[in-house]
Amino acid sequence: MMLVEILIAGFGGQGIISTGQLLAYAGMRAGLHVAWIPSYGPEMRGGTANCGVTLSDTEIGSPLVTEPGVLIAMNQPSFDKYAGTVVPRGVILYNSSLAKDSHGRRDVLMVGVDANRIAEELGNVQVAANVVLGAYLGLSGVISVSAAVEALEDVLPPHRHRLIPANRAALERGAAFGVSCREGGSAVG
Amino acid sequence: MPKVLMKGNEAFGEGAIRAGCRCTFAYPITPQSELTHFLARRLPEIGGVFVQAESEVSAINMVYGAAAAGARVLTSTSSPGISLMQEGLSYIAGARLPCVVVNVMRGGPGLGNIAPAQGDYWQAVKGGGHGDYRLIVLAPASVPEIIALMELAFDLADKYRNPVMVVGDGVLGQMMEPVELESGEIRTAPEKPWATTGQGDRPQRNVINSLHIVPEDNERFNLDQAAVFAEIRRREQRSEEYRTEDAELVLMAFGTVARVAKAAVDRARARGIRAGLIRPITLWPFPDESVRRAAAQAQQFLVVEMNLGQMLEDVRLSVNGKRPVHFYGRPGGTVPTVREILDEVSRIMG
Repeated sequence: MMLVEILIAGFGGQGIISTGQLLAYAGMRAGLHVAWIPSYGPEMRGGTANCGVTLSDTEIGSPLVTEPGVLIAMNQPSFDKYAGTVVPRGVILYNSSLAKDSHGRRDVLMVGVDANRIAEELGNVQVAANVVLGAYLGLSGVISVSAAVEALEDVLPPHRHRLIPANRAALERGAAFGVSCREGGSAVG
Repeated sequence: MPKVLMKGNEAFGEGAIRAGCRCTFAYPITPQSELTHFLARRLPEIGGVFVQAESEVSAINMVYGAAAAGARVLTSTSSPGISLMQEGLSYIAGARLPCVVVNVMRGGPGLGNIAPAQGDYWQAVKGGGHGDYRLIVLAPASVPEIIALMELAFDLADKYRNPVMVVGDGVLGQMMEPVELESGEIRTAPEKPWATTGQGDRPQRNVINSLHIVPEDNERFNLDQAAVFAEIRRREQRSEEYRTEDAELVLMAFGTVARVAKAAVDRARARGIRAGLIRPITLWPFPDESVRRAAAQAQQFLVVEMNLGQMLEDVRLSVNGKRPVHFYGRPGGTVPTVREILDEVSRIMG
């Protein structure tokens, strides 16, 4: 049985919500059961945003992600708040442009992605979250990157489809990095 | 049709539209506000009407009026808003009018919080307003089921001329899941010869109110309604049973927490514990037939709720002392985890 619970967290405006939806759509295209849920409570008011995505090959029980197997932390407050909730042998991918590994956990795979820098190289810092999502897909192989690329048109409304090339590049750059982490054993880049 | 990801709150609205509902009167409140946003945008596009009322009290009375005129009509709110609507709901029930009310439940009592909860079970199934009346109460547990049960809600409301409540919670309202929107036909309301649509060719005016000033007249009205409620009890019980065939321990849960309980059943089975789940889909009529059948074989029951134990009482009435009925619940806007339920299962079966 395959069940992956992913928490994506960051500042409002970093595309957290839509990156989560992109992952859910990609999972759906890959034939998996998917659920997506945002945080909508008072924790939103500190300027942080997060959402949980569950991917499974069987029916999904609770869509709430309280003990994530995977954390994508796009800023330091998110890393600080959620790094401790990841299950042992889980994965933490963090945006090393804005966050440091303040936790030092040894029982998880810790991967820093210089996401803002890569996104700026691609000409749009707003695609940083998708760089990290790409890294996760490259690292884990849970869903193909091409499924995520195809899902961009599901998530972006038609008037935003001009943003597809930048997002596609972000996913692919991230994925290449993720694959290199898997192959080379390097965990910070 | 390709699948799309849809938010639970939008699915309530989509289901209402597919059921032929073209009138919604509501006042926004978290965690159901996307429902009102969705219908405020969609209904005018298809020739319907959405009015944001000045309060929940006003919204339910607009529903009363539209229902009297024969429309398929919806209102939607969350727990505190439902409390404000109780007078109107009693009047609507007393006037024998069909309508659908959505309650996306949040933590209570009082202002509480906006987190997911199931603390309004009693209010939904035992009344809330005054007088002898019943709401038909449906409890979906997934986004696709929200759409299906909204369609059913309007049909049942019209069939029995009775208000129907569809209850969700913050999780169901906020989560997105894939739905396949069949291009099936949009339903329409049946003929309603009792509606106040102008006298027309009728020999007499239709009058709708809930006033029966002579006690014996009101008694007759109540007894007629009792017959309707008995028929609903007989014909409309719905539940989902999961791995109950050989279950020694039957879990009972509805809505969001039923999903968690189902995952706990699988984990318990993997540990060699013969567990099963009954998920009531109709909270009223309560599916007591399923529970009675299960009680013939299962040794024990465990009710799991996002409250202090409300459906628990209906399970105990159905089991009628034949088996022990245990309870695990988290109130106030918290959701039991698979692990917590599993611990409780192990404790009972250990």
